[in-house]
Amino acid sequence: MSEQTPQPERSGPAIGADEWVARSGERAERRGGVVGRVQGLYDRMPKPAVFALAVLLAALIPVLTAQTDNDIYFLRVGTVALVFALLALGLNVAVGFAGLLDLGYIAYYGIGAYGYAFLSSDKFGVHWQAWLVLPLVVAVSALLGLLLALPSRRLVGDYLAIVTLFFGQIFYIVVTQGYRVSLLGLNKDLGLDRANWDLTGGPNGIANVDRLGVFGLHASSERAFFYITLTAVVVVFAALTLANRSRTGRAWRALNDDTLAAQAMSMPVNWLKLLAVAVGAAVAALAGTINAALLQGAFPDDYNTQVLIIIYAMVILGGAGSLTGAVLGAFVVSVLMLEGLRPQTPIGDFTGNGRWVFYAGILVVLVAAIRPWRRLAAILAGIVAFGVVVHGIVAVTTERGTDGLLNTGPDEYSDGGPLGWLIRHWLALPAGTYEVGSRNWFNFALVVLIALVLCLTVVKGWVRDALIVPTVWLAGFVWETRLAEETSGPTRLLLLGAILVGLMIARPQGLLGRPRVEIV
Amino acid sequence: MAQPLLQLDNLSKSFGGLQCISHLDIDVREGEVVSVIGPNGAGKTTLFNLITGMYRPDAGDIRLDGESIVGLAPHKITNRGVARTFQTLRLFLNMSVKDNVMAATYGRTHASLLESILRLPRARREERESNELAQEKLSFFGQRLMGYRWNQPAYSLSYANRRRLEIARATATKPRILLLDEPAAGMNPVETHEITELIGELRKDGGYTILVIEHDMHVVEGISDRVIALDHGEKIAEGTYEQVATNPRVVEAYLGTSATERK
Repeated sequence: MSEQTPQPERSGPAIGADEWVARSGERAERRGGVVGRVQGLYDRMPKPAVFALAVLLAALIPVLTAQTDNDIYFLRVGTVALVFALLALGLNVAVGFAGLLDLGYIAYYGIGAYGYAFLSSDKFGVHWQAWLVLPLVVAVSALLGLLLALPSRRLVGDYLAIVTLFFGQIFYIVVTQGYRVSLLGLNKDLGLDRANWDLTGGPNGIANVDRLGVFGLHASSERAFFYITLTAVVVVFAALTLANRSRTGRAWRALNDDTLAAQAMSMPVNWLKLLAVAVGAAVAALAGTINAALLQGAFPDDYNTQVLIIIYAMVILGGAGSLTGAVLGAFVVSVLMLEGLRPQTPIGDFTGNGRWVFYAGILVVLVAAIRPWRRLAAILAGIVAFGVVVHGIVAVTTERGTDGLLNTGPDEYSDGGPLGWLIRHWLALPAGTYEVGSRNWFNFALVVLIALVLCLTVVKGWVRDALIVPTVWLAGFVWETRLAEETSGPTRLLLLGAILVGLMIARPQGLLGRPRVEIV
Repeated sequence: MAQPLLQLDNLSKSFGGLQCISHLDIDVREGEVVSVIGPNGAGKTTLFNLITGMYRPDAGDIRLDGESIVGLAPHKITNRGVARTFQTLRLFLNMSVKDNVMAATYGRTHASLLESILRLPRARREERESNELAQEKLSFFGQRLMGYRWNQPAYSLSYANRRRLEIARATATKPRILLLDEPAAGMNPVETHEITELIGELRKDGGYTILVIEHDMHVVEGISDRVIALDHGEKIAEGTYEQVATNPRVVEAYLGTSATERK
């Protein structure tokens, strides 16, 4: 034993060059720009306080909102975001903690929804209480997670991804084709009335699913749903935080770093992998039951690969391995990308929000990525000046080149108010922008925009700074002329892709993730 | 004489046509420090991989305290009391220094995931014990892995400290026999000297039986009760350091035939 008695010291003033060197990584991390400063502030706040504050704020939302249509829509957006937060938390167990690329995750979400629909709807006339159905469905899903992970437990990386993707696809095919099930041709003998027994409702899904009900009390208001989902998120978040700190959580992270060493250090890696998938499956099933009750139905297209990709985007954006990051990612993607870009909201009158999400997004990226502020100011000034000059040239040289209006809703055009005035005098929107014949032009502009963005990724220094100016302007132009009217479908995914590409370049560990080191 | 703690009996392993270990018999008695030497490719690391269950032998038996451990999963062998370090360091780089050591207590703790989440008494007690154990194991290296380093990721450690952390992690599994795969590789002379003393301390204070692969002959001389020389998977010499170092077959394996002839 060494002569010094070890004296543990948690933190305190820097002692000597040794610690200074050791903490250089932290300092480098802190230096950077606005994102770095926000991160630093977040790091200094005590975690339980942040958690309590966030829960309190979320719980206040329904209280502060009145019961108008708009508020109901707001609450619905919040509830959907919370469901996605649950999903992101669950996916984070397999992907973030244990490092397993589980692409079958969406199936467990669907199993939760369909399980609840089978046991609490008019479909089979079964109306069990939620307190019975919820644990049952969650347990069955976790068990299925174990079973499905069993054959793939030895697989890693790409191989695991392909096998689990196959399970996810099977689930989708089963539910879309499940309206004509033939039980070995024995349907009649089994007391089923038709040769093609309808199990899942096929592409139409199962409608008239009960609201979550306990002892005859049914959660029918948006507020009740919001609180139920919030409670689920809080419980799951707390449980996963404790799980992450436990021996099992450490073992998950260990096998993520080095499976072989984990084995040599007494960890049963195969069992730990199964456990990670099963825990994720349980959380996903919980989210599925809530979603089915919220929508009062289970529909196959809510459980397809596209949704899976969106959940992955949430986890990656927030930072794989960080639970707070998963929730943050879920809110950013769900509120901004899925709801914010909706051309028209189902309830209320929120239209044309996508425009502000789009421009604010560009601004945030520029502020976060460009340092120092002088350079940022120069580029922003350049962007404004560039637009005004182009607008002036077009206005002088063409007749109606700048007379276009803004798309503010489906087939609805207006001057867009004061901010709209600014946009129209920055861009050069030709009149008759939205006539079918002129669209080829705008498609061409989109291609040029993509080419410019690709160019941005290869050039450096002042060339890149200069190139950012026309790129941003062209992005605005393409948005107004082409993307604004299609925000629900491809635009959404295009933007999501662009955001993730940008994130990979600027902050590969995600918003709240820790940078990972694979080989040193 | 008492039963050896680790007993390799007629052990053989080949990969395709390459015979890595052939008909190897090794006994390690409780409390002994045994060094395995041999030129590159002699089968030393393969030997460790066989003992820890990473590979399954083609023939022969490995007995720990009289019980065969052949065919057991690696984590079960570790639970029986065999822990190792790796020649190419395999730390959990993205975990904190303390978590690295605490992770290795997995096999000695039993709280289920549910108990941990609900923070039931057993989970809390085990967590406290793991924590204390980790501090104890890390304090073995003086101040080097203490204090503010606990919460730093393992990748921020220097090379020598990583080697130390690997040893601390291996001892946290509470092994009876410790397999050290080139503990002094890549270390400077001072650190090498330190490792030599450390292995002595591990035996004296920790009470471990140690099987060590080492190339540095000064280390081997300083620590070994017994030295075993391997070449082409066969034992070519066994005995004290002096006996093995002067054994003509060992000299031949390291330097070639002509070297002995010229002598």
